[in-house]
Amino acid sequence: MANILVYALQYEGAFNKNSLGAVSEAAKLASEIGGEAHAIVVGEGISDDLCSSLGNYGATKVLRVEGPEGLAQPVVDAMATAVGSGDYGYALFGGGLLGFEIGAGLAARLDAGVAMEVTAVRAEGGKLVAERPILGDSAISEISFRSDLGIIIGRLNAFEISESGGTATVEDLSVDFSPFSGQATMITRGEQRGEEVDIEGADVLVAGGRGLGSEEGFQLCEDLAGAFGGNSAVAATRAVVDAGWFPYAGQIGQTGKTVAPKLYLAAGISGAIQHKVGMQGSETIVAINKDANAPIFEFSDLGIVGDLNKIMPKLTEAVKAKKGG
Amino acid sequence: MKICVLVKEVPDAAVQKRIDPSTGRMDRSGEKNLNPYDTHAIEAAMQLKESGALPVEEVVAVSMGPDSAERALHKAVSLGADRSIHLSDDALAGSDVAATGYALSQVLEREKPDLVLLGQQSDDGECYTIGAVVADHLGMPSLTQVIKIDVEGGDKLRAERQAEYGYDTVEVALPAVISVGDAINEPRYPSLKAIMGAKKKPLEKVAAGDVGIDSSKVGGDHSAAQWTGSKEPPKKEPGKIIEDEDTNETVEQIVAWLDERKLI
Ligand SMILES: Cc1cc2nc3c(=O)[nH]c(=O)nc-3n(C[C@H](O)[C@H](O)[C@H](O)COP(=O)(O)OP(=O)(O)OC[C@H]3O[C@@H](n4cnc5c(N)ncnc54)[C@H](O)[C@@H]3O)c2cc1C
Ligand SMILES: Nc1ncnc2c1ncn2[C@@H]1O[C@H](COP(=O)(O)O)[C@@H](O)[C@H]1O
Repeated sequence: MANILVYALQYEGAFNKNSLGAVSEAAKLASEIGGEAHAIVVGEGISDDLCSSLGNYGATKVLRVEGPEGLAQPVVDAMATAVGSGDYGYALFGGGLLGFEIGAGLAARLDAGVAMEVTAVRAEGGKLVAERPILGDSAISEISFRSDLGIIIGRLNAFEISESGGTATVEDLSVDFSPFSGQATMITRGEQRGEEVDIEGADVLVAGGRGLGSEEGFQLCEDLAGAFGGNSAVAATRAVVDAGWFPYAGQIGQTGKTVAPKLYLAAGISGAIQHKVGMQGSETIVAINKDANAPIFEFSDLGIVGDLNKIMPKLTEAVKAKKGG
Repeated sequence: MKICVLVKEVPDAAVQKRIDPSTGRMDRSGEKNLNPYDTHAIEAAMQLKESGALPVEEVVAVSMGPDSAERALHKAVSLGADRSIHLSDDALAGSDVAATGYALSQVLEREKPDLVLLGQQSDDGECYTIGAVVADHLGMPSLTQVIKIDVEGGDKLRAERQAEYGYDTVEVALPAVISVGDAINEPRYPSLKAIMGAKKKPLEKVAAGDVGIDSSKVGGDHSAAQWTGSKEPPKKEPGKIIEDEDTNETVEQIVAWLDERKLI
């Protein structure tokens, strides 16, 4: 039971970066527990070349399943089938959203243990131990599995991509999908709400959250970003993107972009884990929040406890003055 | 039609959450409240019922937890649920997410809901996954983090949610399990009358055996994911904190701080 099965998410002919990280991690861990890393891909007409490219990240075998894309339950069926006929001790997922849904469904299906938001995995006596930060990252719990299969769902960007230059065989796996898996159908996928904005290349990011109070509140962020000038941009949390205040392309976090600007300045952002995972690589983190207990202060270099409506306009003026002077 | 809403009692947001080092479980003493994310699920159920979009006869709140969880159910009922079910049993203590989802699904098996709604996450456990576990046990289609639900022709829903590549719109046939994101609605405040009346609405207490829960599959000792240790995260130098009293001064300090680091 030493092999590790990794779900590799692909979309429009490319694998998700976090899935490639998970394949790389699985290859490393499998070698430590005396097994192999296999990947499973589910989709419509996925090419041999795309599948076998996973060999370069350490997968020795790729199971290809013809099935609907973008929904969790068909993948649960596929992975349960693979586990039923293979020698798998663990299933591994990179960060994102589908991995949570698939991993949890698979845990239910196979009476397996599941650990989510995992930031590190280590091999110990031929078994895997997962590290999961809890309670707003104030403690890390270590999880082991007593089930035949252990399911590990990584946090966004937790697993590093490494290219091994290996090759993988591609095998088609036929799956009898559960009746209920067909009860959900994708109508439109990957809709980009709002205009295109580029936040990945910016040196200064002024990010706004629900604390801005309304769509109009983003003007405060635009003005401050404008004052910094040069290569600066405005970004957002999922809460405000879901609310329609800001374009999806400008969202930082688990289901958005990962950024690492020189300066990240948060206005009215609580600092939820799913946001943090997308910006914790920033060189300098400054936060303005009226709640002294907001989690964002735990990982800020400079925290300002106060009302952004009072502070931002004056800060904009002061930055402009400094630049001019 | 019947909608079941899964609700959880969690430590109040103002309570400093911590792990009890002797048990490795969360220290659940202190002020508790209905998981704020679950109020959005109740509100979603109420909007489906009140708008007539679905012929909803009953909204039932379901919770698994210790005795105190009753208060979360009262709150759920004050927000509009017609009755509630409290699954409580010593055998369930310490269940992991898979065991919790299994136990809840056993209650739901008995209720036979047309729709199960949940919150996007519990404020303490933060697993985001109970919905997917419950759905697989019930053999129902499922989506999580949904921010818009439209009813299509009576037995289908059109749901929108953000996933890895942007917004997905998915058609889901009922019965289904859906967890809702907090952007889906603005939960109402309960009226004083509703708060007073909540205790009079039916609250059924069930033990594990009452709903056919296999006790060898639940509880801390039987859970498949085992907590085997904990450690401290790497310590980070705490950042500088400025309390804004005089905003002109605050701004001066910020600019000086940024300037020192050549960030302006
Ligand atoms: C599976 C999943 C995926 C997710 N993916 C993402 C993701 O990719 N990106 C993301 O960002 N989130 C994501 N989330 C959501 C995340 O959990 C949080 O809900 C979200 O980040 C919160 O956004 P926020 O900080 O804007 O809002 P809130 O958490 O509501 O915080 C608002 C803050 O503003 C402060 N505030 C209010 N008024 C003022 C004022 N006048 N002055 C100063 N401060 C004020 C408040 O004190 C509060 O701290 C995801 C969640 C899940 C479950
Ligand atoms: N013990 C419980 N009883 C009832 N519902 C629960 C329980 N735990 C979690 N839930 C539901 O599942 C959702 C997601 O929780 P979680 O997967 O723990 O983040 C919550 O918002 C609740 O709706």
